[in-house]
Amino acid sequence: MRKSKKSADAAARFETEPTEGPLLQVVDLHTHFHTGRGVARAVDGVTLSLERGRTLGVVGESGSGKTVLARSIMGLLPKSNVERTGSILFEGREIIHASNDELRELWGSQMSMVFQDPMTSLNPVMKIGNQITEMILQHLDVSKAYARELALAQLKAVGIPEAERRLKEYPHQMSGGMRQRIMIAIAIACGPKLLFADEPTTALDVTVQAQILDLLEEQQRERFMAMMLVTHDLGVVAGRADEIVVMYAGRIVEKAPTGLLFSDMRHPYTEALLRSIPKLSAPSHSLLQAIGGRPPDIVNPPTGCKFSPRCPYVQEKCTQEEPPLTDAGSPDHQFRCWTPVGTPENRAALEANRAAGLESALAVVEDVLPAGVNAATETLPPLTTSHLRSGTINPKESI
Amino acid sequence: MPAPSHNSGDDIVQSLVADKSHDSAVDESMLYFAAVTDGPEIANIANKRKGLGVGAWLSIIWLALLLTSSFAAPFLPIPDPINDVELPRSGGGEAVVIATPPSLDHLFGLDSSGHDVLSRVIWGARNSLLIGIVSVGLGLLVGGVLGNIAGYFKGKIGGFIGSVLDILLAFPQLILALFVVTVLGHTVANVTFALAIVSTPVLARIARASALSWSEREFVLAARAQGATHRRVIWREVLPNVLPAMFSIALLGIAVVIVAEAGLAIIGAGVKPEVVTWGNIIVGGQGELRGAAHIVLAPSLIIFLTVLSLNFLGDVVRARSDVRESAL
Amino acid sequence: MAGSGTAHLRPSEEALLRIEGLVVEFPVGRSGLKVHAVSDISLDVLPGETLGLVGESGCGKSTTGRAVMQLVRSQAGSVAFEGHDLTKLKGEELRQVRPKLQMIFQDPISSLNPRRRVRDIVREGLDIWKIGDEDARNAKVTEVLEAVGIDPETAGPRRPHEFSGGQCQRISIARAVATEPKLIICDEPVSALDVSVQAQIINLLQEMKDRYGLTLIFIAHDLAVVKNVSDRVAVMYLGKICEVAGPDELYAAPRHPYTAALLSAIPLPDPAVRAKSTEGVGGEIPSPLAPPSGCRFRTRCPAAAEVCAQEEPQIREVGPDHFVACHFPL
Ligand SMILES: Nc1ncnc2c1ncn2[C@@H]1O[C@H](COP(=O)(O)OP(=O)(O)O)[C@@H](O)[C@H]1O
Ligand SMILES: Nc1ncnc2c1ncn2[C@@H]1O[C@H](COP(=O)(O)OP(=O)(O)O)[C@@H](O)[C@H]1O
Ligand code: SF4
Ligand code: SF4
Ligand SMILES: [Mg+2]
Ligand SMILES: [Mg+2]
Repeated sequence: MRKSKKSADAAARFETEPTEGPLLQVVDLHTHFHTGRGVARAVDGVTLSLERGRTLGVVGESGSGKTVLARSIMGLLPKSNVERTGSILFEGREIIHASNDELRELWGSQMSMVFQDPMTSLNPVMKIGNQITEMILQHLDVSKAYARELALAQLKAVGIPEAERRLKEYPHQMSGGMRQRIMIAIAIACGPKLLFADEPTTALDVTVQAQILDLLEEQQRERFMAMMLVTHDLGVVAGRADEIVVMYAGRIVEKAPTGLLFSDMRHPYTEALLRSIPKLSAPSHSLLQAIGGRPPDIVNPPTGCKFSPRCPYVQEKCTQEEPPLTDAGSPDHQFRCWTPVGTPENRAALEANRAAGLESALAVVEDVLPAGVNAATETLPPLTTSHLRSGTINPKESI
Repeated sequence: MPAPSHNSGDDIVQSLVADKSHDSAVDESMLYFAAVTDGPEIANIANKRKGLGVGAWLSIIWLALLLTSSFAAPFLPIPDPINDVELPRSGGGEAVVIATPPSLDHLFGLDSSGHDVLSRVIWGARNSLLIGIVSVGLGLLVGGVLGNIAGYFKGKIGGFIGSVLDILLAFPQLILALFVVTVLGHTVANVTFALAIVSTPVLARIARASALSWSEREFVLAARAQGATHRRVIWREVLPNVLPAMFSIALLGIAVVIVAEAGLAIIGAGVKPEVVTWGNIIVGGQGELRGAAHIVLAPSLIIFLTVLSLNFLGDVVRARSDVRESAL
Repeated sequence: MAGSGTAHLRPSEEALLRIEGLVVEFPVGRSGLKVHAVSDISLDVLPGETLGLVGESGCGKSTTGRAVMQLVRSQAGSVAFEGHDLTKLKGEELRQVRPKLQMIFQDPISSLNPRRRVRDIVREGLDIWKIGDEDARNAKVTEVLEAVGIDPETAGPRRPHEFSGGQCQRISIARAVATEPKLIICDEPVSALDVSVQAQIINLLQEMKDRYGLTLIFIAHDLAVVKNVSDRVAVMYLGKICEVAGPDELYAAPRHPYTAALLSAIPLPDPAVRAKSTEGVGGEIPSPLAPPSGCRFRTRCPAAAEVCAQEEPQIREVGPDHFVACHFPL
């Protein structure tokens, strides 16, 4: 029954089909896990859309729900104890209630995924060549010989030297970077329109990371593929994504086109994430601006703003009422905060919190902010190590 | 057994297989997809830390019943299983020796010499369980020590112990046991000894594999870097991780040995027939399978239930002993 | 040999640790082949200094660290700690120096025994060396746990799986400082952590260093991290040293093509600047079973010339306290 649908020319899939509307539209998606301790709201009301050929960066600390979000959209979650609500439109088609048969149609040929760990993602007892051809045969109506040729071409396309020999090798015979290339080859073998890359470079070296990101971008451009690039490192998406969503505790806390996000970031969490990256331009031994504490427990999240226990600008209102996602200037740029970064209220809140001796507020050092963010306000006196005394962490609160 | 290092292909195969078993609702193509993806991360979380199931409790109850009744056998109001009994006389005064099927007086019936089969099964449990527990206990002790040492010291020592184990394993097990019993004599102690010899290399191999992968962990390196002696590292770092897995294997081992005892008895290499064991009860009833099947069926049923319980409990212990390693 | 030499070493009396001509090779089965993990490297660390060691995975950073700790034995060379050559020590003699050297590992989960309680893990070193009585040991454990930001009361009786990666790394640090060592080798302590947590751990290490007067060897593959923590940085490639310099100097003006490539690969959190692998090094690190002749970097070096294949560059001074092993420094 699948054959008939598949007989569309394989080559035609790589072309763009000028359909109306965005490729992917997610509206108010909730993914809740029913666990022994209660309901874990791993994804909690996410709305986003992705145009053809564009890259959406999804950023957040581990546990913020990035993986669950990507897998929810793909329908790749365990079936037990999961509740998914909302709407996922792929090319205008609702797929949240899609059956396994329908999903199988989509996986590989329409949307595909690259995972963080290339070692456990590949089948260890199957030759690389067979893994790719199997994927192709499953989705494209082609002969075995042609599938082999396509597999070879794929390996060459992802920059694997001696591709013929590699086809006959097993995953353990390759380095981490090589395996990730293979994963990408498999993921894009059938010319998907949407690629989820879930921390594709987190397990890799910086040099290899740059190679893999370049490869993803090149393939994306060639195939006019949309990509959702998931990472915990703002540095990774800064130069690669067209738009970025920042996630915290299963929610989007800020969403903006990449340039705007960096030049005019509004959410304190986004700012904190950016500050925590060690800067090459800073002299050695400068204090890093860590985000104290840890992400909230998603089964029993704090009331009000989820970031309030760690936020240097926290106010009375923050702990009582959760801020809605509001437009900042343009409708492309949204954030979820009562006293956004760069406003006088925000500055006043910081001053007040410093006066009150709030640790997270004391730890803020202004001069590491990107130029322009707080240009209008005068700088505060520099801080010493003692301000950064790592606060005692009580594991109880987060387990 | 937890699969600590992710280096060997086998571990990954195992984890993939384990992963598949989590979600039976997922269809085949999804599994293929999961096989090319990193499934374990998400799927493993749900099935942890539940109370003991009904099966586990039934197993525990059964084994407890068996153990207490066999310990208490001398004090139980049950007929003597061995000595000649007062046989019912027929009208002519001669003894009628017939095996009687189960009745209310004799739940498992009488055997051909007029002994109460239930009583014999309980007395038999004493010996059979003794043989099972002691031989596996010995195997666990010797095999565990050898395996841990071989797994921890990979180099020459490990290689030597490994080869010795391989040779022992290559030996046909039944013949080995038969040989030992024939040479030393058909006593309970010797059968126990023979079965201990057979179970040692198996348990040692499993201990070695587990110790090998745990020894590669960085906490072992950290302990060494702190100046811990090898003995201390094995004792405090490796053993506590190997032991729980070994314990679950040992439970299965007891089950295997109980069956093996019966097997030895049947081929005439077991404990001498005067001593009551489950194996000997079965042997005794063999000739009358046609007329008095209950003599064989009763102990077989008990063996079946015991083996089932041990297996089940072994699985539960294994599942429970998988330490959680990350908060996720 | 390529990338060899000792020009960058300082007077041996000053150094707390001085590695000279260290060679570590691992035989591969019975094939007769060897993994040339570390090939003739020399390094030194002054008391109170932090030496950063960077390079791609597989270049021999961990092996170097483990060889210093004598957890793997070297085939040649010396590791002098406080003037005593550790490679000559055996058994009990070696064990006696152990508490002065400690190590923190990359994988926060694998480096803590899942079956032991946090308190026992941290106490282990004190127990091994019978330092102080029962009360003194407990007090020490409490002190170091508090110092690393773990609440001894609630966390002490728990097992590692109840903690996040960052917290496990804190516990590892507490374990390492409990015996008051002189030198701690940090083998990629933050590579497995989120950026935000990474910053916490780096700050904590700096704080511990000040508090306990530690000397650190900080291993990482991320140059940005290394720059932040180090007083001196050594760049490694395929078992050799490429460049040694102070962090600010190294980043401002890298002289070795490999260092430059590593630098350009760092993704910057700035949409205007793109990390480019094309500017960096293409291809993969060659097999350490048969490393290239001459300069080991030549197969990926944009500046490679004939001589690079024949002659191994020696480490030489190219600026004040700036050393490089390259025939054609940038
Ligand atoms: N199958 C599951 N059952 C229960 N909770 C889960 C499951 N999968 C993920 N979670 C929880 O959902 C949250 C988000 O996880 P994840 O999406 O993996 O985070 P990220 O990818 O951002 O690191 C985590 O707190 C995680 O524990
Ligand atoms: N015990 C070992 N046996 C064989 N080869 C090893 C062993 N340890 C490390 N190696 C090899 O030595 C080289 C250097 O490894 P390593 O020091 O771990 O590199 P890094 O820490 O820089 O990633 C690698 O090629 C690695 O495969
Ligand atoms: S200022 Fe208030 S609302 Fe905004 S992030 Fe901080 S705690 Fe949340
Ligand atoms: S220029 Fe020559 S010596 Fe220098 S790094 Fe390149 S290959 Fe090596
Ligand atoms: Mg994730
Ligand atoms: Mg390493």
